[in-house]
Amino acid sequence: MATTKVERGEYSALVDLEHNHEHEHAPFIAHHFYTAEQQFDSGKLGIWLFLVTEVLFFGGLFVAYIIYRYNRPEVFVDAHHHLDTLLGGLNTIVLLFSSLTMAWGVRAAQLGDNKTTAISVLITMVCAALFLGVKAVEYSHKWDLGLLPGDMFSYDPHAHHEHHLISNYLLLLCIPFAVILVATLVASVLHLNTGKSVIGRFYGGIAITMLGFFGGVLVGVLWMAGAATDESHSSDAHAAVATDATARLVSFEVDDAAAKTPATTEASATDAAATTPAVELPVDKKLGVFFSIYYCMTGLHAVHIIGGIIALSWIFYRSLAAHWRSDYFGPVDYVGLYWHLVDLIWIYLFPLMYLIR
Amino acid sequence: MADHSHRNETGHSGHGHAGHGHSGHGHGEHFAHPAPVWILFGTFFALICLTVLTVYVADNVELGSFELVVSMGIATVKSVLVGAFFMHMYWDKGFNVLVFLSSVLFFALFIGYTLMDSYETLPNVTNYYKTK
Repeated sequence: MATTKVERGEYSALVDLEHNHEHEHAPFIAHHFYTAEQQFDSGKLGIWLFLVTEVLFFGGLFVAYIIYRYNRPEVFVDAHHHLDTLLGGLNTIVLLFSSLTMAWGVRAAQLGDNKTTAISVLITMVCAALFLGVKAVEYSHKWDLGLLPGDMFSYDPHAHHEHHLISNYLLLLCIPFAVILVATLVASVLHLNTGKSVIGRFYGGIAITMLGFFGGVLVGVLWMAGAATDESHSSDAHAAVATDATARLVSFEVDDAAAKTPATTEASATDAAATTPAVELPVDKKLGVFFSIYYCMTGLHAVHIIGGIIALSWIFYRSLAAHWRSDYFGPVDYVGLYWHLVDLIWIYLFPLMYLIR
Repeated sequence: MADHSHRNETGHSGHGHAGHGHSGHGHGEHFAHPAPVWILFGTFFALICLTVLTVYVADNVELGSFELVVSMGIATVKSVLVGAFFMHMYWDKGFNVLVFLSSVLFFALFIGYTLMDSYETLPNVTNYYKTK
């Protein structure tokens, strides 16, 4: 704090100094800042304000979740049968690890170690892509089963589900990543051959990031294949769980109706519950609302991961160009803060979506 | 305390790399606070342990209606760790921390006011737990 409140005279002295030595000493201080620290502090406050808007942005979705869970707890208990805790847990650990490498990269940039910054930022990007790969497998599997948002929900617990190892939706999701992989590989080889090592290594890093996505897809597909063989051994048990869940929903609905008509006694309500199979209820619609919330929250989070990869690739490029020094590392710090916030949101999303019992 | 020893370490490495010591805008070189390596690894290890714990509790411990409270409590401990050490709030300026925490306050107000009428639907919820 003290250094930003220097006397006016001292400021002008610093300004003179900046002009004299601009190129050798402080190549990245914008002309409207007096000192490197003043520039850093301004940027830091700016990124914190941005993170505040992000918290409130996600806040609206968290409120939607809380209201719906409070009003319809049974829908959430049923919904967790469709979410794979181990895949979600794996993704949590991948994101936590990427936060560690990000913090490591910020530390290295603060020490002026550009090489370590480049490597840690690259690992962060690979982890981010791996997260997206696993998510792509989860999403495409749900789309195959008809676990879709709102009115599009068409899941039938009694239907026999063919377990395609590779879903068509998954192939569709892979296309953009494959295109970027091929393009950056070619660009990398071309640039490295013509001696442009910084841009060549940059494209190489992006290609490695895309490989991280396919690594995540591979892990997800293998896991799903393992789960599918387990399931075929106990498909009867699975069907029993499904009908049990439906019965619970139905009996709840009947009680709900009973509560609204005071004339009906508790006994008749249980009688009605016993004869439930005849009653047709819009169970799907309610699960569809859960999946609307699920896709909005995890989808918006995934969009933030993609934005994070783009921002990180900028940091990666500047690390390769050796821009960071102990008095200029702001951008690494700012992108790092954003990345940690994305991790922070997942820390709440994981138990809210995957750990309902 | 940790803060001070830390500043010294930073100051030295800062000068070493920038290579122009106390001359002129040496002012600006004390603002980098690289987090100690053991803190970064310790935070990561704690986060992994808490993740395993929250999955274990969800699968093996019967908590009933406290389930949400416990899992959100663990998530909050995790986010405090991320905020304090990965996001450097422990070393950051108080004003920045205040700005960020204000978002949490407004989020709490948002949820609090929205849930005010939740007693309207309470009969449904209690009925559900009775039938369970």
